[in-house]
Amino acid sequence: MRVSDFAVPVVFVFVLVYGLFRKVDIFGEFAEGVKDGLRTVYDIFPALFTLVMSVGMFRASGGLDLIAALVAPVTNFFGFPKEVVPLMLMRPFSGSGAVAIYESILQQNHPDSYAGRVASVILGSSETTFYVIAVYFAATKVRKTRHALPAAMAGDVTLWILSGLIVGLMFY
Amino acid sequence: MMKWVFAGLIFFSLLFGIINGDVAALTEAALSEAGTAVTLALTLCGIICLWSGIMRVAQKAGLVEQLAKLFKPLLIRLFSGIDPNGKALGFIVLNISANLLGLGNASTPFGIAAMRELEKEEGTGIRATNNMVIFVVLNTASLQIIPTTAAALRLKNGSAAPMEILPAVWITSLAALVVSVTVAKLLGVRGRKKL
Repeated sequence: MRVSDFAVPVVFVFVLVYGLFRKVDIFGEFAEGVKDGLRTVYDIFPALFTLVMSVGMFRASGGLDLIAALVAPVTNFFGFPKEVVPLMLMRPFSGSGAVAIYESILQQNHPDSYAGRVASVILGSSETTFYVIAVYFAATKVRKTRHALPAAMAGDVTLWILSGLIVGLMFY
Repeated sequence: MMKWVFAGLIFFSLLFGIINGDVAALTEAALSEAGTAVTLALTLCGIICLWSGIMRVAQKAGLVEQLAKLFKPLLIRLFSGIDPNGKALGFIVLNISANLLGLGNASTPFGIAAMRELEKEEGTGIRATNNMVIFVVLNTASLQIIPTTAAALRLKNGSAAPMEILPAVWITSLAALVVSVTVAKLLGVRGRKKL
């Protein structure tokens, strides 16, 4: 029994009981939420499809292995799994692209392997940095984003480095 | 930007395919990956529908607002000189709360509203204000408490414990957030002196 085993059931029970307490029609609203979810999938499917297909072709051509081989001297120095580097490169730009590469990593390496776990931590603890900066500032008249990108990247670099170390410490 | 990623992937696939002398593998990959994309979407569909259902109940029960109330005192400290009763801070706390719950669909509209209100409150034309940068940096960090997508795909690919990564995700997310905000604060001070 781990803390992580409790996370999902506790959230479910808490939210549903809290909903009952606040007199929410929990069945009806849950079903409405499922409909929203279906719409989300409908919206992301075209981009996801395109990127899964093109990442798949890129992998078949040996491109992903080539990137991994190129960065291997650096990543080996830090004890970081080289297979995860393409995920780091795609993550700041595109959520669907990151999912496509993540899935490809999990298929090539078991999810409970070192590379699989590090990839999971990176996907779970990062955001589409460049996309968020672009979308949020586009809503304003701001054109000089000043230190937004350096500060955001500092966080991303931190988690790239930490993900390998923490997985190493916690699981091995 | 994505058109270049797409073009690059396809172009280099062909290039490497020719170099490696295995262009046939590309056709096979294109066709089989089209199928993979559908199964992947169905897997994600399951977790997204499940989570949307739970979080819709959470939203209707006012949980986002409750969380917002909880985090407001903390967030006021992060945004120097912000109007504690202003609309901007209101949207900021709603955005952060929605992010924590993994409500992507709800957090982005709150976030955009927060940016517009920040612009009204302290706008200085085309230069981002320090508070805008802090807010954007909070959003480029991942605040989501439960990484549902990663967990669903781990389960799909045969993980024995899909959620075992949770503590590691929390530690790295939090560390990245602290570093980002610290760098934003430090560089923000430098920018102000220049003005």
